[in-house]
Amino acid sequence: MTQVSFEASFQKKIDEEIMIEPQDYMPDEYRKTLIRQISQHAHSEIVGMLPEANWITRAPSLRRKAVLLAKVQDEGGHGLYLYSAAETLGITRDQMLHQLHTGVAKYSSIFNYPTITWADMGAIGWLVDGAAIMNQVPLCRTSYGPYARAMVRVCKEESFHQRQGFEIMLNLSKGTPVQKQMAQDALNRWWAPALMMFGPLDAVSPNTAKSMEWRIKRFTNDELRQRFIDVTVDQIRLLGLALPDENIKWNEERGHYDSSELNWDEFWNVVKGNGPCNKERLATRVKAWEDGAWVREAASAYAEKRKTKKAA
Amino acid sequence: MSNEHKEWPLWEVFIRSKAGLDHKHAGSLHAADAQMAIENARDVYTRRMEGISIWVVESKHIHASNPEEADAFFDPAQDKIYRHPTFYNLPDELKHM
Ligand SMILES: [Fe+2]
Ligand SMILES: [Fe+2]
Repeated sequence: MTQVSFEASFQKKIDEEIMIEPQDYMPDEYRKTLIRQISQHAHSEIVGMLPEANWITRAPSLRRKAVLLAKVQDEGGHGLYLYSAAETLGITRDQMLHQLHTGVAKYSSIFNYPTITWADMGAIGWLVDGAAIMNQVPLCRTSYGPYARAMVRVCKEESFHQRQGFEIMLNLSKGTPVQKQMAQDALNRWWAPALMMFGPLDAVSPNTAKSMEWRIKRFTNDELRQRFIDVTVDQIRLLGLALPDENIKWNEERGHYDSSELNWDEFWNVVKGNGPCNKERLATRVKAWEDGAWVREAASAYAEKRKTKKAA
Repeated sequence: MSNEHKEWPLWEVFIRSKAGLDHKHAGSLHAADAQMAIENARDVYTRRMEGISIWVVESKHIHASNPEEADAFFDPAQDKIYRHPTFYNLPDELKHM
C-alpha cells in the first residue's frame, strides 16, 4: 500500500468507528497529538494530587480524611492508567516524567491555583472533578483503544469524587453563616478557572478541527463548557449559594445559560507558567521524584539480587 | 534529574474478577520484579474489589498476531457459516434443540 492509501484506510476506519490499536497504522500527526494529549492528561492527574494532598492531615473528621485519601489515591491511579496508554504509542515513562519535571510538558492550569480553605476541597471535587468528568465521558469513545479503555476506568472512579465534593459544599452551605460564606468564597474563586479547564475558545483552538476529524475529541471546548454551565447553575441553586457571575442568565432562544466572557489573558498567563502556584507545584513534584530515587534504586537492586540467586 | 536510572520493566496485568471467570487483561504497569508487579497491580487495578486473583506477565514475553496480516490470517473462518447453528433451516415445530 502507498502512504496515501494507508491514510485513506486509516480515516475510513475512524469514520466507521473502528478503534485504532497500538500496532495498527496511524499517521505521525495522530500519534503525536495523542502522545501530547494523553501525557498532559496523565500529568494533570499526578499534579492534581498536590493541592488536595495538602488538606489530608487537616480534614475536619476521620471520615473526611479517609475519603480525601481515597480520592487522592484514585488520581494517582488515573495518572498511571494514562501513562500506560501513552507508552503504547512509543514514548517511555521516563521521557514523559522528564518532560513534566523540566517544565516542557503542560498539565491542566487548574492545579496552579491555591487551596486556601477546607471549602476548596468541596469546590474542587464538585467543580474541578465535575468539569473533568464532562470532558472525560466522551473520551471513553475516543478513537484510540488504550486511551478509551483507560478513560472507562477513570470515569467509573470519578463519580464519587464529584459527589463527595458536593457533599462538603452542601454541609458548609447548611452550616453557620461563616461556613456558608466559606463555601460561597470557594465557589466564586473556582468557578472561572473550572470553566477554563475546557480549553480556549473554539475560534482560537487550532487543533480542534483535526482532533474532531480523527475522533480523538467528540465535542468542542465550547460545547462542553456550555453543557457544564447549564448543569452546574442548577446545582448552585440547590446549594442555596449566589451565582458566581452576575451575567448568568437563561437564554430562551439558545436554550442555554448565557455567562460572562472569561478572562483569557489570565488563562494564557497561567499556561505560560505565571499562575499563583506553578513554581510551587513543579518544585513539589520534582522533590517527590528525587526523594524517591533511593527507593527505586533499592527495588531494582533487590530484584537483581533475587534474579541472580534464582539463577545460581 | 535521575534520567540515567534504568526504567523498571513493563508488565501486563490480568485479573479474575470473580470465581469461575477468566482472567482478563486490565492494563499494564512498571515494577522491578513479579512480586512488586502483583502488589502494584492490586493497588492500581483492584481498589474497589475488582479482583480475586491477579496474573502478571512481563510485556516483552507477549507474542501477538500481526495486525497487518489480520485479513489473510483470519480469512479461513470467514466463509464457513455452516459452523453456526443458525445456518440450519429446521421446522418451527422442532422443540428442545
Ligand atoms: Fe482523575
Ligand atoms: Fe477525580
